[in-house]
Formats: sequence, structure tokens, C-alpha cells
Amino acid sequence: MSNILEVQHLVKNYGDFQAVKGISFSIEEGEIFSLLGPNGAGKTTTISMLSTLYAPTSGDATIAGHSVSKEPMEVRNAIGVVPQDLALYEDLSARENLIFWGQMYGLSGSSLKNRVEEVLAQIGLVDKAKDRVKTYSGGMKRRVNIGVGLLHKPKLLFMDEPTVGIDPQSRRAILDTVKDLNKQGMTVLYTTHYMEEAEELSNRVGIIDHGELIAIGTQKELTRQVGETETLVLHIGENEDPEALVTAFKGIKGVLEANAINHEISIITHSAADVMAPVVTKANERGIKIHSIDIREPNLEAVFLHLTGRALRD
Amino acid sequence: MLKTFLIGIKDLRLIFRDRAALIFMLLAPFLLTLGMGLVTGRFSGNSSGISDIPVVIVNQDDGELATALVDLFNSEDLAELVEPSPGTSPEAARQQVDEDEVAAAIIIPAGFTRSIIPQQEGFTNGNQPEVVKIEMYANPSRPTSAGIIKSILDEYMSRIEEGSVSAQTAIVQMLVSGRISPQDAQTAGEEMAQSLGDTQGGESLAITLNTSTADGEEVEFDILAYLAPGMALMFLMYTVSYGGRSILAEKVQGTLPRLLVSPTNATQILGGKVFGIFLTGVAQMLILIGGTSLLFQLKWGDTLGVVMLVLVAVFGATGWGMLITALARTTAQVGSVGSAIMLIFGILGGSFIQLDQMPAYIQTLSRITPNSWALDGFTTLALGGTLADLSTPVTALLTMGSLLFVASVLLFGKKNLVQK
Repeated sequence: MSNILEVQHLVKNYGDFQAVKGISFSIEEGEIFSLLGPNGAGKTTTISMLSTLYAPTSGDATIAGHSVSKEPMEVRNAIGVVPQDLALYEDLSARENLIFWGQMYGLSGSSLKNRVEEVLAQIGLVDKAKDRVKTYSGGMKRRVNIGVGLLHKPKLLFMDEPTVGIDPQSRRAILDTVKDLNKQGMTVLYTTHYMEEAEELSNRVGIIDHGELIAIGTQKELTRQVGETETLVLHIGENEDPEALVTAFKGIKGVLEANAINHEISIITHSAADVMAPVVTKANERGIKIHSIDIREPNLEAVFLHLTGRALRD
Repeated sequence: MLKTFLIGIKDLRLIFRDRAALIFMLLAPFLLTLGMGLVTGRFSGNSSGISDIPVVIVNQDDGELATALVDLFNSEDLAELVEPSPGTSPEAARQQVDEDEVAAAIIIPAGFTRSIIPQQEGFTNGNQPEVVKIEMYANPSRPTSAGIIKSILDEYMSRIEEGSVSAQTAIVQMLVSGRISPQDAQTAGEEMAQSLGDTQGGESLAITLNTSTADGEEVEFDILAYLAPGMALMFLMYTVSYGGRSILAEKVQGTLPRLLVSPTNATQILGGKVFGIFLTGVAQMLILIGGTSLLFQLKWGDTLGVVMLVLVAVFGATGWGMLITALARTTAQVGSVGSAIMLIFGILGGSFIQLDQMPAYIQTLSRITPNSWALDGFTTLALGGTLADLSTPVTALLTMGSLLFVASVLLFGKKNLVQK
């Protein structure tokens, strides 16, 4: 398989602030590649440069053999973009939106009409096609937002956190749509801060943090980085202070990392059985009640924690 | 080009689906026109809303026709409309106009009557005397009032001309048939002139606000022909600022960045947005013109002239809309500045108060508004003018629009329309 996207030392500065710090990676034709990272990591800025919206400060990328800096029009014809926020005309119907955006991608006549109907069927909105978008639920709007990106059958589809702020059912539908598109041969660059989405969808994952690509590979390759570890997840009461516990846990022999998000404390260790007793003892000493304890196999969350010392949703 | 057109059509469709915008674009100007028509008595048919137009008349002729014209301006029928005063000399009268004391000066040169009614020698030697023309010196800062004075004068001259031809024909016929001698021709002519003068003075009411089109069709000046375009033009400024606001709104709602990552360049997008504003403005004006024509039986005048004026007025106004947008940072700023500009331009441009009644510096300042130029044009058309009479407002509006577009494009070039 040849690379449809090759990114070389891409940098984006905003004044003194460096949003993207010289990242390099490539995507093969036909794969789903996820950029996983917390909010503010530089995912959207990266997609904005790759989609020719922002000019890179330095570095370059080629998409389908065209430079994003020097051949933006050729790149735009090759890509489809599903932005993080809805980008639709709410006073137009789904069909009218698709027709307009199809025209912007150079479609016309019967090919436009046929393609609009195909996409409406694909996103499951044939029955609601005449209704104005402003009358749709959040999930339906998201589907139209995705549909616009598919109209011209792009070689590479950028999807920037397409499931943010929607209900579980719509989220499920979107993830299934991404998998269907990929089965049909579409290459997808998917950004998310949800580890589960990256794990479910991706052939390969790039982990991005503070504008740097800190790890890249398949899920197996990445989890191998944290070694043979397990993650102990403790759930404590809402009124308890997890930070004091995290400090205490870090002092226990065998604990590699400890981190708290809200009332969930994650502890990375080589052996959950060995640290279980001292963990419970430390909690009891501080009068903190543990509601439940889970033991998890290594995952991308653990990888992120291992690489950054922070949880993905910090 | 096609994408520019498609973006413009999309914007037109969107604005016509926005109820609030429709209220401001169409209902508000229509209702305000109706209201002001009621206030000025237009719908009760007893007032034109324009009164006491100051005019100075210099009568250097001692003939009957000149006296009849002076009498006409001093007649009961025109008492409310005009406020004539006698002038001592042409120079003094022109100075009064230059100093904006009066809307126009009418200078009747010596020999005017005699040039219309030929003398004995004219009939006997067969030579027609050269017609001495009345001069009207109009105040350019009071186009409506000056236009009305001109229409009265035109109508009077038109009748004089008809009467003169008839009189000459009658006297020649009498001479040929031997019913009068050449020596009696002068007396007959004077009697006819007297009769003609009497007739003009006696029929002044019909002349009051009437003028003629190029085709000779009689057109009544209607105060609504001033009020309706005034309101339409004021709310045109709302439309163009709304349209400008949509550029920033697209940035906020993400559709502008989405357009920018499609194979559509920035020029096509900006051109499409401008085209959309222009289309919307033209549609608004034409709907208001059509609506007032149908519902108020308002005659806007020469169709070609109206269409041309609508196009250039919207062009000039769109320039302002673009400039406001280019200077603003947020949609809210465009909205508030746009509303303020709409009202200021409405007042300055004569939508509420006739420019004639404003101080000279306001009249000068009003020339920055498209409202003022376009209103001049619409008044000219309502008074019977044609496309050929619109060269000044058309040129002014085209120049205004072009300059504002250049300024806006330069400002947009410095503006980051991509980042939120």
C-alpha cells in the first residue's frame, strides 16, 4: 500500500506559542489513522494545516502526491473534511445543504442529484431530507455534517472529533459509519480524545500532546511501550479528596504511576495483586471509602499516562 | 464565476427564510411609508406634504404672459405650495439661490411676451422674432423643491407654446382672409396674449404639481414618490449590513472555513457573498417598488430609469455594507453599527426630513449617503425625468460603491477571516 498522506516536520506557531511542534507521520491508503490526544494537544491545528485552512509555519505535507503548501486546490479536491463543530446552513434542508456543498466541490446535474441521494441514504436521512437542519437533533446534524464531507468521494477523509457532545446512540451510528466508509476503501484520519474510539476504529494511532507526536503505531505496538503492566482503577466517594490518596499511592512499592480524574484513581503497576493490599490500607488510614476496584489490561489510556504522567482527559 | 453565483443565490435564499430579516427588509419600510403617507395626508388626498417652497421671480418683461406667470405663482391655488418673492435683478436672485435662501430663481427677460406674440412687423414682413427664454436658476441642494418649481414652469411654458401657435395661426388666417388689416394685427395679438395670460392664471390649479414625461404623459407628483424610496433606501442599509454580517456569521458557524477547504478560492467566496448582498438589496427594492405601485398606485416613473437607479443605489449601499463588515470584528458589531448607520443615513439622506429643510452643511454631509443620491434620482423620475436625467446620481453612486469596495477589499486583505 502506498502512502496517501506524508507529513514532514509540520510546525504551526501563533506568535510565541507553538501549537504544533514539527510532527511527522504518514498514512497508508485504506487505513483509519487516529490522532489521539487531550483537548488543546494540537489535533485540530494539525487537521487545519493538512486541509489547507492554515498555512504551516514550516514543514509540509503531501496528500495524494500534492503539497498542502504549494498545491492547495489539488489537495482540496482530494480530501473531505468533517469539522469538529457543525458547519451547515441551518435554514436550509439536509438536501439543500448537500446540493450546495456538492456544487462547491464541482458536482452538477445528474451526478450531483444521484450523489446527494446516495449520501442521504448513507447517513439515514432520506425521510427527513426536506426538513430544515435547525429542526434536527444534535445527532442528525452531525450526520449531515459528515455527509457533506463524503459528497465528492474524497480519497482521504479528515474527521475532527465528530462525536463530541452527542448521545451514545448517535455516537454508535457515527462510529459504524466510519467503519463502513473504511470498508468501502476510504482512508480516514480521525482525531479524538476518547481512547475507546481510537481503539475501536484505528489501524494505527498517533498520540499527540502539547503539539508533539509522542508515540505512533498499532494499539499492540503502543501498549507494548508500557510493558507488562496492569491498571488498577479505584472509585471513591464524591466527597473524598483523591489528590491526597494519589500522593500516598505513589509511595507504595511497585506503583509505577498514579493519577486521579474526578473520583477515579488509576494506578499503573506490574502486579495489581501485589499493590492491592497497601492501596486499600492507605485509603483506610485516611478514612476514605473505596466503592469499587477494577483491574484493566494495558490500553491507550495507560500508554498516555505512561508517556505523559497525565490522564488523557486531564 | 459559477460558484460566486451559487453562493449569492444561497445567501438570497437564506435571507428570505429569515422572518426577522423579512420584517425589517420589507414590512417595516412598507408600514413606515404607509404611516408617513397617512401623516402627510396623502391618503386623504388633501396635501402633498411639501409646502412654502421659496422662489424669487425677476420680471424684466412688461408683457401679459410674464405678468400671468407671476400671477400664477402668487395665485391662491399655489399659496400653500410656493412662497414667491419679487427679485430686483437677475444677479441678486442668483445670489439668493447660491446662498440657499430660495429653492430657485425665475428670471423673465425683457421682451418675453413680445417674442411669443409677434408684432405687426412680424406678421407683415414674415420674419418670426427669436423667442426669448425664461431662465430658471435652480438650487442643487434643494432638488425636490427646485424640481417642483421647474415642473410648474414647464407646464406653463407648454401651455404658452400651445396657445402661441394657435394665436399665430389664427392671426395669419385672419390676415390672409382679409378679416383684419396688417395694422390691426398687433392689437389682435395683444388681445390674444391677454386672453392667453388670463387663461394660464385661471387654470393654475391643474398645473400645481403636474409635469410631463418625455412622451407628454401627465404625471402627478406624489409625496409618496418621495417617502416610499426614502424608506426603501433606509431599510436597504439594513439589508446590506445584514448581508455583511452574514460574512462574519459564516466564520462563526464554521461554514466559511468549510468553504475555504473546498476547491473554492477566497475571491469566489467573497465575490459570492457580495453578490448575495447585492441580489438581496435589488430584490428588496424591486419588491417594495412593486408593492407600493400595486397597493398605493404609486408611479415611480420611467421604468428603465427606476431599474438603473435601483441597481446603482444597491451597488453604493452594498459598498457601505462591505466597509462596515470589514471594519467590524463581530457580527454583533456589524449589527449595532449597521443599525446606527441605517438611521443616520436615513436622516441625513432625507428619508424622514427633506434635505431642502436642513442646514447647508447637513445637505453637504448627506452626499456621503447612497440614500441622498438615490432619493434625488427617484424624485427626478417621479417628476417625469428619464434615465437620461440620472447621470449625476448614477455616477455618484457608482463612484461611491467602487471606492468603498476597494477600501473593503484592502481591509479584508488584512483581516483573518479564517480563525474564530
